[in-house]
Amino acid sequence: MAVRHKSVETKYMEERGAALRGLRQLDRRTFMKVLAATAGAVMAKGLVPPHTFQLVNVANAAVDKSWSTAGASGTPPFMFAYLSDTHMYVRAKNQRFVKGAVKAVEDVNALDPQPDFVLFGGDLAQLGRPEELEQGQEILAMLKAPVKMMVGEHDWFYDLGDKWQQLFGPPNYSFDWKGVHVIVLMSVHEKDFWTARKLTPAERIQIVAGLDNPIQSRFEVGDEERDWLKNDLAKVPTTTPLLIFSHSPLYKYYRNWNFWTEDAEQVQALLRSYPNVTVIHGHTHQVLFNQIGNISFYGMLSTAWPWPYAPQGLPPLTVQMNRADPYDQLDGLGYGQLNVNKEGLPDMLYNLWDRNPVTIHSEYLRSHGKIYRPPAPQFASY
Amino acid sequence: MISKAAFLLTVPSLLAAAAFAALAIPSRAQQQQPTHNLPTAAHGGTIVMLCDGKTGIEVKDLKPGQTMSRAEAQSVADALMAKWQHAHPNEHWQMAQASPAAEASPAASASRGAIAPSHAAPSSSQTQSAANAPAAAPSLTVQQGDTYASFQPRDYKVWKAETDKFVADGKRIFHDDKALGSTIGVSCDMCHPDAANTHPETYPKYQVQLQKVALLRDMIDWCVENPVKGKALDPNDPKLRALEAYIYAQRKGVPLDYGKH
Repeated sequence: MAVRHKSVETKYMEERGAALRGLRQLDRRTFMKVLAATAGAVMAKGLVPPHTFQLVNVANAAVDKSWSTAGASGTPPFMFAYLSDTHMYVRAKNQRFVKGAVKAVEDVNALDPQPDFVLFGGDLAQLGRPEELEQGQEILAMLKAPVKMMVGEHDWFYDLGDKWQQLFGPPNYSFDWKGVHVIVLMSVHEKDFWTARKLTPAERIQIVAGLDNPIQSRFEVGDEERDWLKNDLAKVPTTTPLLIFSHSPLYKYYRNWNFWTEDAEQVQALLRSYPNVTVIHGHTHQVLFNQIGNISFYGMLSTAWPWPYAPQGLPPLTVQMNRADPYDQLDGLGYGQLNVNKEGLPDMLYNLWDRNPVTIHSEYLRSHGKIYRPPAPQFASY
Repeated sequence: MISKAAFLLTVPSLLAAAAFAALAIPSRAQQQQPTHNLPTAAHGGTIVMLCDGKTGIEVKDLKPGQTMSRAEAQSVADALMAKWQHAHPNEHWQMAQASPAAEASPAASASRGAIAPSHAAPSSSQTQSAANAPAAAPSLTVQQGDTYASFQPRDYKVWKAETDKFVADGKRIFHDDKALGSTIGVSCDMCHPDAANTHPETYPKYQVQLQKVALLRDMIDWCVENPVKGKALDPNDPKLRALEAYIYAQRKGVPLDYGKH
C-alpha cells in the first residue's frame, strides 16, 4: 500500500519527536524553566486536555526515565515498539481497522531514534482468512524496523494456523537481545470444541471471534509448549532478564472473556527463579498492568477498538484509563514504546491517540504501587 | 436459556405442555394487538362491546364524538352484563373478594388447572426459573380474590419464558452484524462484550455529543448508524426493542441512576 501523503497525525508525531529530542538535551535547571514557560503558555491560552497536545506531560515523560542515557552497567538500554490487535478485515469490507493499523505503522516509522524492533502482538486478522493475513503482512512490511510476530486467536482458528505459519513461521520462538532473553509464546491454544459440534472453519472462527461467546474453550499455553519453554530456559542463566510476549495475559483476570490463560500458574512457576521478568500481552485492548511475585505484566493497546474493563478481576495495581469516547474512533487506541533499562526492565509508554501519553515506570509495579503511581482516571468504568 | 431447559425437565407434564404452548406464541412485536370486530350500528348509534368481544349492544342516542355521563355508562355496562348472564345461564360469575375460602381450597385450585402448592415449593432449578414469582403459596393468611392474587406460578413461568425469549432475541441481534445491518462487519459485542459499558441505568442524560437529553435507544441508534455503519432503527422496530431488552437484562439489580456521567 502506497503512502503518498503524510497524515496529520504523522506530522504531529514528527513535531512531537523533535520537541522530545530537544528536551532531552536540556539540563535539569533549563528543563524546569521550559516546563514553567510551557505551562504558563498553555494556561494563558485557556487550553485544557484533551483538546491540546500537552508538551508538559510529554516533557515529564522524557525526563522521567533512563532511556536516553547509556547504562553504566548491566545490559545496554534499548527501545522497542509494539502495535497489536489490528483485527483487520480485508480493505474492501472494512476500511476503518485498516486505517488504524496504517496509522500505527506511520507513527512507529516516525519515531526517531527508531526502535530496535517492533513486536506485533497478535490478532492481525479479524476472521483469520488467508487474504486478511496476507493484507496484514503487506501493511506490516511498511515498518522500517524489524518486526517480531506473535499470533492471536483471530489469526489462528480459521485454518488452525496454516496460513499464519506459512507467512510468519513458527508461533513460538526465542532470541537474545542486548543481554535480555526474549521469548514469544503461542498462548491461545484451545481445547477442541468444534469436532463434536461438526463446525466448519468459518463457524469455528466466528465463535472464537466473539469475546463473550461461551462455546469456545479457555486459552492455554499447553503441555507441549510449556515443555518447550522449560527446555528453552534451561540454557538461560537466572541472572538474565526475561522478556516474554504472549497474546493472552499470562494470569487470570476475567474468565468469561478469555482475559485469561488456563495454565498461567504453571507458566509463572517456570519463570519464578528469574528475578527480572516482564510479560507483554495483547488481547485486552486497554491500559492494563499487574505484578505477581517477580513478574511484571503489561497489556498492549489495540488499533481497532478498545475493550471495556471487565466487571471483575481487574488487577489492583492497574490504574484505569478514562472511558473511551464512542464518538471518537481513535480514542482509547494507539501503540506503545518500551524503554528497557540496564537491569533489563522496561518502562511502558502508552502512546494513546487523541489523548496524553501515559508512562508506567517499571518501579511502579516492582514497588507494588508505592512509587511512580500514574494519574487516576476521571471517568473509570461503570 | 439454561433456566428454560431445567424448567421443562422438572415440572409436571401439564405445565411443560403449557410452557410449550407459550413458546409458540409470536413475540408481541410480531403479534397483532387483539381488537374487536364491531358490527355495524343498525340505528345510527354506537356499538359498545363487552370484553368477550361477542356481547354487544347499540346505544342509539350516542353519536360518534359524543360521550356518556357516568350514570349512562354504568347503565350500559349493567345492560351488557345482564345480556351476558342471560346468554350464559350455567356460568358461575364470582365477584371479586366474594369467597376467599373457596379460592384457597385444593379442589377449587385444581379445577382451575393450577398446580398444588407442593409443586410450587421450589427445587433449586425451579427457584431459578420462577425467580420473579411471589414466594408465598396461596393461603388464608394472604389477600385473595383480586386480579393479581389470581395469577398462578404457571403464569409467572409463562411470562418469564416470554421475556427471556425477547431478551435472547436481543442478544442474537447484538452479536450479529448482518441482523444489525452493518455494512462493515461490525456488531455491538465487538466493543461491548456481555453489553458491558452500555450503562443503561444512566439514561436519560444529557449527551453532549448529541446536543440533547438522550435515552438508551438514542445511543443504540447512534451506534447502529455510526460505528456499525447500518441504518438507524425506528423506535418501534422489533430489533431496537429487543436490543434494549437485552441491554437492560444485563444490568439486572443495578440501581437506576439517571443523569449519571
